[in-house]
Amino acid sequence: MTLLSPVTRRIVTYELREVGRSRWLLAYAAFFLIVADALLRFGGADKALLSLMSVTLFIVPLVALVFGTVVLDDAREFTELLLAQPVTRRQLYAGLYLGLTLPLAVAFVAGAAIPFAIHRVGDPTLRASLGVLLAAGVMLTCVFTALAFLVASLVDDRLRRMATAIALWLVSAVLYDGLVLVLAMVFSDRPLEPVLLGLTLGNPVDLARVILLLRFDVSALMGYTGAVFEQFFRGALGIAVASTALAAWVMLPVALGLRAFRKRDF
Amino acid sequence: MISITGLEKRYGAQHVLRGIDLAVRRGSVTAVVGPNGAGKTTLIKAILGLVRPDVGSIRIDDTLLGDDCSYRARIGYMPQIARYPHHLSARELFAMLADLRRAAPVNVPPPLDDDLMERLGLAGQLDKPLRTLSGGTRQKVNAVAAFSFSPDLLILDEPTAGLDPVASAVLKDRITAERLTGHTVIVTSHFMSELEELATDVVFLLDGVVRYSGPLDELLRHTRKSNLGRAISHLMTEAAA
Repeated sequence: MTLLSPVTRRIVTYELREVGRSRWLLAYAAFFLIVADALLRFGGADKALLSLMSVTLFIVPLVALVFGTVVLDDAREFTELLLAQPVTRRQLYAGLYLGLTLPLAVAFVAGAAIPFAIHRVGDPTLRASLGVLLAAGVMLTCVFTALAFLVASLVDDRLRRMATAIALWLVSAVLYDGLVLVLAMVFSDRPLEPVLLGLTLGNPVDLARVILLLRFDVSALMGYTGAVFEQFFRGALGIAVASTALAAWVMLPVALGLRAFRKRDF
Repeated sequence: MISITGLEKRYGAQHVLRGIDLAVRRGSVTAVVGPNGAGKTTLIKAILGLVRPDVGSIRIDDTLLGDDCSYRARIGYMPQIARYPHHLSARELFAMLADLRRAAPVNVPPPLDDDLMERLGLAGQLDKPLRTLSGGTRQKVNAVAAFSFSPDLLILDEPTAGLDPVASAVLKDRITAERLTGHTVIVTSHFMSELEELATDVVFLLDGVVRYSGPLDELLRHTRKSNLGRAISHLMTEAAA
Protein backbone atom coordinates (compact mmCIF):
# COMPACT_ATOMS: atom_id res chain seq x y z
CA MET A 1 0.00 0.00 0.00
CA THR A 2 2.98 2.29 -0.48
CA LEU A 3 1.10 3.78 -3.42
CA LEU A 4 -1.23 5.46 -0.96
CA SER A 5 -0.12 8.55 0.88
CA PRO A 6 -0.71 8.63 4.65
CA VAL A 7 -3.51 11.15 4.09
CA THR A 8 -5.29 8.88 1.60
CA ARG A 9 -4.94 5.92 3.93
CA ARG A 10 -6.60 7.89 6.69
CA ILE A 11 -9.47 8.96 4.47
CA VAL A 12 -9.95 5.33 3.44
CA THR A 13 -10.16 4.41 7.11
CA TYR A 14 -12.82 7.03 7.88
CA GLU A 15 -14.82 6.12 4.83
CA LEU A 16 -14.63 2.43 5.72
CA ARG A 17 -15.90 3.22 9.18
CA GLU A 18 -18.75 5.26 7.77
CA VAL A 19 -19.74 2.81 5.02
CA GLY A 20 -19.18 -0.14 7.33
CA ARG A 21 -21.84 1.18 9.68
CA SER A 22 -24.40 1.30 6.92
CA ARG A 23 -27.22 -1.23 7.09
CA TRP A 24 -27.37 -1.32 3.31
CA LEU A 25 -23.97 -2.93 3.16
CA LEU A 26 -25.11 -5.70 5.51
CA ALA A 27 -28.27 -6.17 3.47
CA TYR A 28 -26.16 -6.51 0.33
CA ALA A 29 -23.97 -9.22 1.84
CA ALA A 30 -27.04 -10.97 3.28
CA PHE A 31 -28.71 -10.92 -0.13
CA PHE A 32 -25.88 -12.86 -1.76
CA LEU A 33 -25.64 -15.15 1.23
CA ILE A 34 -29.31 -16.08 1.01
CA VAL A 35 -29.39 -16.39 -2.78
CA ALA A 36 -26.25 -18.53 -2.98
CA ASP A 37 -27.43 -20.70 -0.11
CA ALA A 38 -30.86 -21.21 -1.68
CA LEU A 39 -29.35 -22.05 -5.07
CA LEU A 40 -27.05 -24.61 -3.48
CA ARG A 41 -29.91 -26.18 -1.51
CA PHE A 42 -32.23 -26.56 -4.47
CA GLY A 43 -29.81 -27.52 -7.23
CA GLY A 44 -26.35 -28.86 -7.89
CA ALA A 45 -23.28 -26.75 -7.28
CA ASP A 46 -22.65 -26.29 -11.02
CA LYS A 47 -26.17 -25.05 -11.68
CA ALA A 48 -26.02 -22.87 -8.59
CA LEU A 49 -22.86 -21.28 -9.89
CA LEU A 50 -24.44 -20.42 -13.23
CA SER A 51 -27.52 -18.89 -11.64
CA LEU A 52 -25.36 -16.99 -9.18
CA MET A 53 -23.45 -15.63 -12.15
CA SER A 54 -26.61 -14.21 -13.69
CA VAL A 55 -27.58 -12.65 -10.37
CA THR A 56 -24.08 -11.20 -10.00
CA LEU A 57 -24.04 -9.63 -13.46
CA PHE A 58 -27.38 -8.03 -12.70
CA ILE A 59 -27.13 -6.95 -9.07
CA VAL A 60 -23.48 -5.98 -8.55
CA PRO A 61 -23.55 -3.10 -11.11
CA LEU A 62 -26.87 -1.87 -9.74
CA VAL A 63 -25.77 -1.80 -6.12
CA ALA A 64 -22.35 -0.31 -6.93
CA LEU A 65 -23.96 2.49 -8.94
CA VAL A 66 -26.82 3.30 -6.58
CA PHE A 67 -24.94 2.81 -3.32
CA GLY A 68 -21.98 4.70 -4.76
CA THR A 69 -24.14 7.66 -5.72
CA VAL A 70 -25.90 7.71 -2.33
CA VAL A 71 -22.64 7.47 -0.38
CA LEU A 72 -21.14 10.31 -2.39
CA ASP A 73 -24.24 12.42 -1.84
CA ASP A 74 -23.79 11.90 1.89
CA ALA A 75 -20.10 12.68 1.68
CA ARG A 76 -20.65 15.83 -0.36
CA GLU A 77 -20.92 18.32 2.49
CA PHE A 78 -18.20 16.60 4.39
CA THR A 79 -15.96 16.81 1.33
CA GLU A 80 -15.93 20.56 1.76
CA LEU A 81 -14.63 20.30 5.30
CA LEU A 82 -11.94 17.80 4.30
CA LEU A 83 -10.81 19.96 1.40
CA ALA A 84 -10.34 22.90 3.76
CA GLN A 85 -7.69 20.74 5.50
CA PRO A 86 -4.22 20.15 4.09
CA VAL A 87 -5.61 17.44 1.82
CA THR A 88 -5.35 17.40 -1.98
CA ARG A 89 -8.26 16.53 -4.17
CA ARG A 90 -6.45 13.52 -5.55
CA GLN A 91 -5.88 12.16 -2.04
CA LEU A 92 -9.49 12.71 -1.10
CA TYR A 93 -10.79 11.17 -4.31
CA ALA A 94 -8.61 8.09 -3.96
CA GLY A 95 -9.60 7.75 -0.31
CA LEU A 96 -13.31 8.00 -1.01
CA TYR A 97 -13.12 5.61 -3.96
CA LEU A 98 -11.25 2.90 -2.09
CA GLY A 99 -13.29 3.44 1.06
CA LEU A 100 -16.43 2.72 -0.91
CA THR A 101 -15.19 0.01 -3.25
CA LEU A 102 -13.43 -2.16 -0.67
CA PRO A 103 -16.43 -2.77 1.63
CA LEU A 104 -18.72 -3.43 -1.33
CA ALA A 105 -16.28 -5.94 -2.79
CA VAL A 106 -15.80 -7.64 0.57
CA ALA A 107 -19.56 -7.81 1.16
CA PHE A 108 -20.05 -9.43 -2.24
CA VAL A 109 -17.22 -11.94 -1.83
CA ALA A 110 -18.29 -12.89 1.67
CA GLY A 111 -21.96 -13.20 0.72
CA ALA A 112 -21.31 -15.26 -2.39
CA ALA A 113 -18.49 -17.49 -1.10
CA ILE A 114 -19.58 -18.44 2.41
CA PRO A 115 -22.49 -20.69 1.29
CA PHE A 116 -20.12 -22.63 -0.96
CA ALA A 117 -17.86 -23.21 2.04
CA ILE A 118 -20.78 -24.21 4.27
CA HIS A 119 -22.12 -26.65 1.71
CA ARG A 120 -18.61 -28.04 1.33
CA VAL A 121 -18.34 -27.68 -2.41
CA GLY A 122 -15.05 -29.52 -2.93
CA ASP A 123 -14.76 -30.07 -6.66
CA PRO A 124 -11.61 -28.22 -7.75
CA THR A 125 -13.04 -27.14 -11.13
CA LEU A 126 -16.12 -25.68 -9.47
CA ARG A 127 -13.99 -23.99 -6.87
CA ALA A 128 -11.85 -22.44 -9.56
CA SER A 129 -14.97 -21.30 -11.38
CA LEU A 130 -16.30 -19.78 -8.18
CA GLY A 131 -12.96 -17.99 -7.88
CA VAL A 132 -13.38 -16.51 -11.36
CA LEU A 133 -16.95 -15.50 -10.54
CA LEU A 134 -15.78 -13.73 -7.37
CA ALA A 135 -13.00 -11.99 -9.28
CA ALA A 136 -15.42 -10.86 -11.98
CA GLY A 137 -17.83 -9.57 -9.32
CA VAL A 138 -15.03 -7.61 -7.66
CA MET A 139 -13.98 -6.15 -11.02
CA LEU A 140 -17.57 -5.14 -11.77
CA THR A 141 -17.74 -3.50 -8.35
CA CYS A 142 -14.60 -1.49 -9.14
CA VAL A 143 -15.96 -0.49 -12.57
CA PHE A 144 -19.37 0.62 -11.39
CA THR A 145 -18.26 2.48 -8.27
CA ALA A 146 -15.84 4.30 -10.59
CA LEU A 147 -18.75 5.12 -12.88
CA ALA A 148 -20.80 6.26 -9.88
CA PHE A 149 -17.91 8.58 -8.95
CA LEU A 150 -17.72 9.89 -12.48
CA VAL A 151 -21.46 10.60 -12.52
CA ALA A 152 -21.23 12.24 -9.10
CA SER A 153 -18.37 14.48 -10.22
CA LEU A 154 -20.09 15.54 -13.43
CA VAL A 155 -23.77 15.91 -12.54
CA ASP A 156 -24.64 18.59 -10.00
CA ASP A 157 -28.30 17.94 -9.33
CA ARG A 158 -29.01 15.18 -6.82
CA LEU A 159 -32.03 13.74 -8.60
CA ARG A 160 -30.38 13.82 -11.99
CA ARG A 161 -27.37 12.07 -10.52
CA MET A 162 -29.49 9.18 -9.33
CA ALA A 163 -31.40 9.05 -12.61
CA THR A 164 -28.16 8.98 -14.59
CA ALA A 165 -26.81 6.18 -12.40
CA ILE A 166 -29.92 4.06 -12.89
CA ALA A 167 -29.97 4.76 -16.62
CA LEU A 168 -26.35 3.62 -16.84
CA TRP A 169 -27.29 0.39 -15.12
CA LEU A 170 -30.31 -0.19 -17.36
CA VAL A 171 -28.20 0.27 -20.46
CA SER A 172 -25.22 -1.83 -19.42
CA ALA A 173 -26.93 -4.66 -17.53
CA VAL A 174 -30.26 -4.93 -19.35
CA LEU A 175 -30.52 -3.19 -22.71
CA TYR A 176 -27.06 -3.47 -24.22
CA ASP A 177 -27.04 -7.13 -25.13
CA GLY A 178 -30.54 -6.85 -26.60
CA LEU A 179 -29.58 -3.83 -28.69
CA VAL A 180 -26.55 -5.65 -30.03
CA LEU A 181 -28.79 -8.56 -30.98
CA VAL A 182 -31.21 -6.27 -32.80
CA LEU A 183 -28.30 -4.65 -34.61
CA ALA A 184 -27.04 -8.07 -35.67
CA MET A 185 -30.49 -9.09 -36.93
CA VAL A 186 -30.98 -5.92 -38.92
CA PHE A 187 -27.59 -6.17 -40.58
CA SER A 188 -27.51 -9.94 -40.74
CA ASP A 189 -26.45 -9.96 -44.39
CA ARG A 190 -23.16 -8.19 -43.68
CA PRO A 191 -20.02 -9.33 -41.87
CA LEU A 192 -20.56 -7.75 -38.48
CA GLU A 193 -18.20 -9.74 -36.31
CA PRO A 194 -15.53 -7.04 -35.85
CA VAL A 195 -18.22 -4.52 -34.94
CA LEU A 196 -19.83 -6.87 -32.46
CA LEU A 197 -16.49 -7.64 -30.93
CA GLY A 198 -15.93 -3.94 -30.43
CA LEU A 199 -19.39 -3.60 -28.92
CA THR A 200 -18.62 -6.33 -26.40
CA LEU A 201 -15.52 -4.48 -25.30
CA GLY A 202 -17.73 -1.41 -24.95
CA ASN A 203 -19.79 -2.80 -22.07
CA PRO A 204 -18.20 -4.01 -18.83
CA VAL A 205 -21.16 -6.27 -17.99
CA ASP A 206 -20.86 -8.04 -21.34
CA LEU A 207 -17.14 -8.35 -20.80
CA ALA A 208 -17.64 -9.96 -17.41
CA ARG A 209 -20.24 -12.29 -18.89
CA VAL A 210 -17.81 -13.35 -21.60
CA ILE A 211 -15.06 -14.02 -19.09
CA LEU A 212 -17.36 -16.18 -17.00
CA LEU A 213 -18.91 -18.10 -19.83
CA LEU A 214 -15.63 -18.82 -21.55
CA ARG A 215 -14.57 -20.15 -18.19
CA PHE A 216 -17.75 -22.17 -17.56
CA ASP A 217 -17.85 -23.27 -21.18
CA VAL A 218 -21.58 -22.87 -21.65
CA SER A 219 -22.01 -20.82 -24.81
CA ALA A 220 -25.77 -21.43 -24.81
CA LEU A 221 -26.14 -18.91 -22.04
CA MET A 222 -23.72 -16.46 -23.52
CA GLY A 223 -25.98 -13.87 -24.95
CA TYR A 224 -25.34 -12.77 -28.49
CA THR A 225 -22.17 -10.76 -27.88
CA GLY A 226 -20.64 -13.62 -25.93
CA ALA A 227 -21.25 -16.06 -28.77
CA VAL A 228 -19.45 -13.77 -31.19
CA PHE A 229 -16.64 -13.20 -28.76
CA GLU A 230 -16.07 -16.89 -28.35
CA GLN A 231 -15.54 -17.33 -32.08
CA PHE A 232 -12.62 -14.94 -31.86
CA PHE A 233 -11.08 -15.67 -28.55
CA ARG A 234 -11.29 -19.13 -27.16
CA GLY A 235 -9.98 -19.96 -23.73
CA ALA A 236 -7.09 -18.21 -22.10
CA LEU A 237 -6.48 -15.54 -24.73
CA GLY A 238 -10.14 -14.48 -24.64
CA ILE A 239 -10.07 -14.20 -20.88
CA ALA A 240 -6.86 -12.20 -21.03
CA VAL A 241 -8.23 -9.74 -23.61
CA ALA A 242 -11.52 -9.36 -21.77
CA SER A 243 -9.77 -8.89 -18.43
CA THR A 244 -7.52 -6.21 -19.86
CA ALA A 245 -10.52 -4.42 -21.30
CA LEU A 246 -12.29 -4.67 -17.95
CA ALA A 247 -9.25 -3.18 -16.21
CA ALA A 248 -9.41 -0.31 -18.70
CA TRP A 249 -13.04 0.09 -17.70
CA VAL A 250 -11.87 0.75 -14.14
CA MET A 251 -9.01 3.10 -15.05
CA LEU A 252 -10.87 5.26 -17.51
CA PRO A 253 -13.81 6.36 -15.33
CA VAL A 254 -11.51 6.76 -12.32
CA ALA A 255 -9.20 9.03 -14.33
CA LEU A 256 -12.04 11.02 -15.91
CA GLY A 257 -13.82 11.29 -12.57
CA LEU A 258 -10.66 12.57 -10.89
CA ARG A 259 -10.22 15.16 -13.61
CA ALA A 260 -13.75 16.42 -13.11
CA PHE A 261 -13.37 16.29 -9.32
CA ARG A 262 -10.23 18.43 -9.44
CA LYS A 263 -11.94 21.09 -11.50
CA ARG A 264 -15.20 21.34 -9.63
CA ASP A 265 -16.22 23.93 -7.07
CA PHE A 266 -17.45 23.13 -3.57
CA MET B 1 -0.60 38.13 4.31
CA ILE B 2 -3.02 37.53 1.43
CA SER B 3 -2.93 39.30 -1.88
CA ILE B 4 -5.51 38.72 -4.56
CA THR B 5 -5.29 40.06 -8.08
CA GLY B 6 -7.85 40.10 -10.87
CA LEU B 7 -9.97 37.31 -9.44
CA GLU B 8 -12.95 36.33 -11.57
CA LYS B 9 -15.47 33.54 -11.21
CA ARG B 10 -18.54 32.62 -13.19
CA TYR B 11 -21.14 30.01 -12.35
CA GLY B 12 -22.71 29.47 -15.73
CA ALA B 13 -24.33 32.76 -16.66
CA GLN B 14 -23.75 34.25 -13.21
CA HIS B 15 -20.69 36.45 -12.96
CA VAL B 16 -20.09 36.14 -9.21
CA LEU B 17 -16.64 37.70 -8.89
CA ARG B 18 -15.78 40.38 -11.42
CA GLY B 19 -12.13 41.17 -10.97
CA ILE B 20 -11.27 41.29 -7.28
CA ASP B 21 -8.05 42.99 -6.20
CA LEU B 22 -7.47 42.78 -2.52
CA ALA B 23 -4.82 42.73 0.16
CA VAL B 24 -5.37 41.40 3.65
CA ARG B 25 -2.92 42.63 6.25
CA ARG B 26 -1.25 40.23 8.65
CA GLY B 27 -2.64 40.64 12.13
CA SER B 28 -5.84 42.25 10.94
CA VAL B 29 -9.41 41.22 11.55
CA THR B 30 -10.83 41.82 8.10
CA ALA B 31 -14.60 42.01 7.86
CA VAL B 32 -16.02 41.07 4.47
CA VAL B 33 -19.40 42.72 4.10
CA GLY B 34 -21.93 43.08 1.35
CA PRO B 35 -25.52 42.16 0.49
CA ASN B 36 -26.58 38.57 -0.16
CA GLY B 37 -25.12 37.29 -3.39
CA ALA B 38 -22.31 39.86 -3.44
CA GLY B 39 -19.73 37.07 -3.66
CA LYS B 40 -18.50 36.90 -0.04
CA THR B 41 -18.68 33.14 0.33
CA THR B 42 -17.27 32.57 -3.16
CA LEU B 43 -14.32 34.82 -2.32
CA ILE B 44 -13.68 32.95 0.92
CA LYS B 45 -13.94 29.59 -0.80
CA ALA B 46 -11.49 30.74 -3.47
CA ILE B 47 -8.96 31.51 -0.74
CA LEU B 48 -9.51 28.03 0.65
CA GLY B 49 -9.13 26.43 -2.77
CA LEU B 50 -12.68 25.07 -2.65
CA VAL B 51 -13.70 27.23 -5.59
CA ARG B 52 -11.45 27.35 -8.65
CA PRO B 53 -11.24 30.88 -10.01
CA ASP B 54 -11.54 31.37 -13.78
CA VAL B 55 -9.00 34.19 -13.90
CA GLY B 56 -6.67 35.81 -11.38
CA SER B 57 -4.34 34.68 -8.65
CA ILE B 58 -4.25 34.39 -4.89
CA ARG B 59 -1.08 34.51 -2.85
CA ILE B 60 -0.80 33.63 0.81
CA ASP B 61 2.51 35.04 1.93
CA ASP B 62 4.74 33.81 -0.86
CA THR B 63 2.73 30.77 -1.88
CA LEU B 64 0.75 31.05 -5.06
CA LEU B 65 -2.40 28.98 -4.69
CA GLY B 66 -2.36 25.98 -6.95
CA ASP B 67 -2.27 22.26 -6.45
CA ASP B 68 -0.13 22.38 -3.33
CA CYS B 69 -2.40 22.08 -0.32
CA SER B 70 0.08 22.46 2.52
CA TYR B 71 -0.81 26.12 3.04
CA ARG B 72 -4.16 24.94 4.37
CA ALA B 73 -2.42 23.51 7.43
CA ARG B 74 -2.17 27.14 8.57
CA ILE B 75 -5.85 27.88 8.06
CA GLY B 76 -8.77 27.34 10.39
CA TYR B 77 -12.07 27.43 8.54
CA MET B 78 -15.54 27.76 9.96
CA PRO B 79 -18.11 27.24 7.18
CA GLN B 80 -21.54 28.82 7.20
CA ILE B 81 -23.30 25.49 7.38
CA ALA B 82 -21.45 22.29 8.01
CA ARG B 83 -23.00 18.88 7.65
CA TYR B 84 -21.23 15.75 8.64
CA PRO B 85 -21.46 12.03 7.93
CA HIS B 86 -24.44 10.47 9.68
CA HIS B 87 -22.63 8.50 12.30
CA LEU B 88 -19.76 10.77 13.25
CA SER B 89 -19.54 12.25 16.76
CA ALA B 90 -17.74 15.48 17.63
CA ARG B 91 -14.98 13.55 19.37
CA GLU B 92 -14.43 11.43 16.27
CA LEU B 93 -14.48 14.50 14.06
CA PHE B 94 -11.82 16.26 16.12
CA ALA B 95 -9.69 13.13 16.28
CA MET B 96 -9.98 12.76 12.54
CA LEU B 97 -8.98 16.36 11.80
CA ALA B 98 -6.02 16.10 14.15
CA ASP B 99 -5.03 12.84 12.54
CA LEU B 100 -5.29 14.27 9.01
CA ARG B 101 -3.16 17.23 9.94
CA ARG B 102 -0.59 14.94 11.48
CA ALA B 103 -0.48 12.94 8.24
CA ALA B 104 0.01 16.01 6.09
CA PRO B 105 3.62 16.84 5.30
CA VAL B 106 3.74 19.72 7.76
CA ASN B 107 4.59 20.12 11.40
CA VAL B 108 2.79 18.07 13.99
CA PRO B 109 -0.15 20.20 15.08
CA PRO B 110 -0.72 21.21 18.66
CA PRO B 111 -3.69 19.48 20.24
CA LEU B 112 -7.32 20.48 20.32
CA ASP B 113 -8.56 23.68 21.79
CA ASP B 114 -9.94 22.24 25.03
CA ASP B 115 -10.31 25.68 26.54
CA LEU B 116 -12.68 26.90 23.84
CA MET B 117 -14.56 23.61 23.99
CA GLU B 118 -15.12 24.06 27.69
CA ARG B 119 -16.17 27.69 27.47
CA LEU B 120 -18.65 26.84 24.74
CA GLY B 121 -20.05 24.10 26.94
CA LEU B 122 -19.47 21.31 24.46
CA ALA B 123 -18.07 18.74 26.87
CA GLY B 124 -21.34 16.84 27.32
CA GLN B 125 -22.07 16.67 23.60
CA LEU B 126 -18.88 15.06 22.40
CA ASP B 127 -20.09 11.51 21.96
CA LYS B 128 -23.47 12.12 20.37
CA PRO B 129 -23.79 11.72 16.60
CA LEU B 130 -23.37 15.19 15.08
CA ARG B 131 -26.61 14.95 13.13
CA THR B 132 -28.61 14.74 16.36
CA LEU B 133 -27.15 18.01 17.70
CA SER B 134 -28.96 21.33 17.32
CA GLY B 135 -27.79 23.80 14.69
CA GLY B 136 -26.21 26.04 17.32
CA THR B 137 -24.35 23.18 18.96
CA ARG B 138 -23.03 22.04 15.60
CA GLN B 139 -21.86 25.60 15.00
CA LYS B 140 -19.92 25.38 18.27
CA VAL B 141 -18.32 22.16 17.07
CA ASN B 142 -17.34 24.01 13.90
CA ALA B 143 -15.81 26.79 15.94
CA VAL B 144 -13.68 24.39 17.97
CA ALA B 145 -12.57 22.64 14.78
CA ALA B 146 -11.57 25.97 13.22
CA PHE B 147 -9.69 27.40 16.22
CA SER B 148 -7.82 24.20 17.05
CA PHE B 149 -4.38 23.35 15.65
CA SER B 150 -3.30 27.01 16.16
CA PRO B 151 -3.85 28.33 12.64
CA ASP B 152 -2.36 31.74 11.86
CA LEU B 153 -5.17 32.50 9.42
CA LEU B 154 -8.79 32.07 10.46
CA ILE B 155 -11.58 32.19 7.93
CA LEU B 156 -14.98 32.47 9.55
CA ASP B 157 -18.14 32.53 7.44
CA GLU B 158 -21.03 33.87 9.54
CA PRO B 159 -19.51 32.46 12.72
CA THR B 160 -22.12 33.73 15.17
CA ALA B 161 -25.24 32.91 13.12
CA GLY B 162 -27.30 30.53 15.23
CA LEU B 163 -25.21 30.94 18.37
CA ASP B 164 -26.71 32.02 21.67
CA PRO B 165 -25.43 35.34 23.12
CA VAL B 166 -23.11 33.64 25.60
CA ALA B 167 -21.45 31.53 22.93
CA SER B 168 -21.20 34.49 20.57
CA ALA B 169 -19.46 36.50 23.25
CA VAL B 170 -17.01 33.66 23.85
CA LEU B 171 -16.31 33.49 20.14
CA LYS B 172 -15.84 37.26 19.80
CA ASP B 173 -13.40 37.29 22.70
CA ARG B 174 -11.52 34.54 21.01
CA ILE B 175 -11.34 36.43 17.72
CA THR B 176 -9.89 39.46 19.50
CA ALA B 177 -7.42 37.25 21.33
CA GLU B 178 -6.28 35.81 17.98
CA ARG B 179 -5.65 39.31 16.66
CA LEU B 180 -3.63 40.21 19.74
CA THR B 181 -1.35 37.23 19.18
CA GLY B 182 -0.70 38.44 15.64
CA HIS B 183 -2.96 36.02 13.80
CA THR B 184 -5.08 37.11 10.86
CA VAL B 185 -8.85 36.71 10.79
CA ILE B 186 -11.23 37.04 7.86
CA VAL B 187 -14.84 37.17 8.95
CA THR B 188 -18.21 37.66 7.29
CA SER B 189 -21.35 38.50 9.19
CA HIS B 190 -24.67 40.22 8.76
CA PHE B 191 -24.41 41.81 12.17
CA MET B 192 -22.70 45.14 11.54
CA SER B 193 -22.44 46.03 15.21
CA GLU B 194 -20.64 42.80 15.85
CA LEU B 195 -18.19 43.38 13.02
CA GLU B 196 -17.59 46.91 14.18
CA GLU B 197 -16.62 45.57 17.57
CA LEU B 198 -14.13 43.10 16.05
CA ALA B 199 -12.82 44.41 12.77
CA THR B 200 -9.72 46.44 12.09
CA ASP B 201 -10.26 46.38 8.33
CA VAL B 202 -13.31 46.29 6.08
CA VAL B 203 -13.84 44.89 2.61
CA PHE B 204 -17.12 45.92 1.03
CA LEU B 205 -18.25 43.70 -1.85
CA LEU B 206 -21.07 44.59 -4.20
CA ASP B 207 -22.00 42.55 -7.27
CA GLY B 208 -18.64 40.81 -7.31
CA VAL B 209 -16.57 43.98 -7.13
CA VAL B 210 -14.62 45.43 -4.19
CA ARG B 211 -16.19 48.84 -3.47
CA TYR B 212 -14.07 49.62 -0.47
CA SER B 213 -11.15 48.01 1.24
CA GLY B 214 -9.12 49.53 4.01
CA PRO B 215 -9.03 50.23 7.73
CA LEU B 216 -12.37 50.56 9.51
CA ASP B 217 -11.59 53.97 11.05
CA GLU B 218 -10.66 55.34 7.65
CA LEU B 219 -13.98 54.15 6.24
CA LEU B 220 -15.83 55.91 9.05
CA ARG B 221 -13.83 59.09 8.55
CA HIS B 222 -14.24 58.95 4.78
CA THR B 223 -18.02 58.45 4.88
CA ARG B 224 -18.44 60.73 7.94
CA LYS B 225 -20.67 58.14 9.57
CA SER B 226 -20.71 57.10 13.19
CA ASN B 227 -20.85 53.35 12.70
CA LEU B 228 -20.14 50.59 10.22
CA GLY B 229 -23.79 49.88 9.43
CA ARG B 230 -24.42 53.49 8.39
CA ALA B 231 -21.16 53.68 6.50
CA ILE B 232 -22.03 50.58 4.47
CA SER B 233 -25.54 51.76 3.66
CA HIS B 234 -24.00 55.06 2.62
CA LEU B 235 -21.66 53.18 0.25
CA MET B 236 -24.60 51.24 -1.12
CA THR B 237 -26.69 54.29 -1.88
CA GLU B 238 -23.62 55.87 -3.41
CA ALA B 239 -23.16 52.83 -5.61
CA ALA B 240 -26.84 52.86 -6.62
CA ALA B 241 -26.67 56.52 -7.61
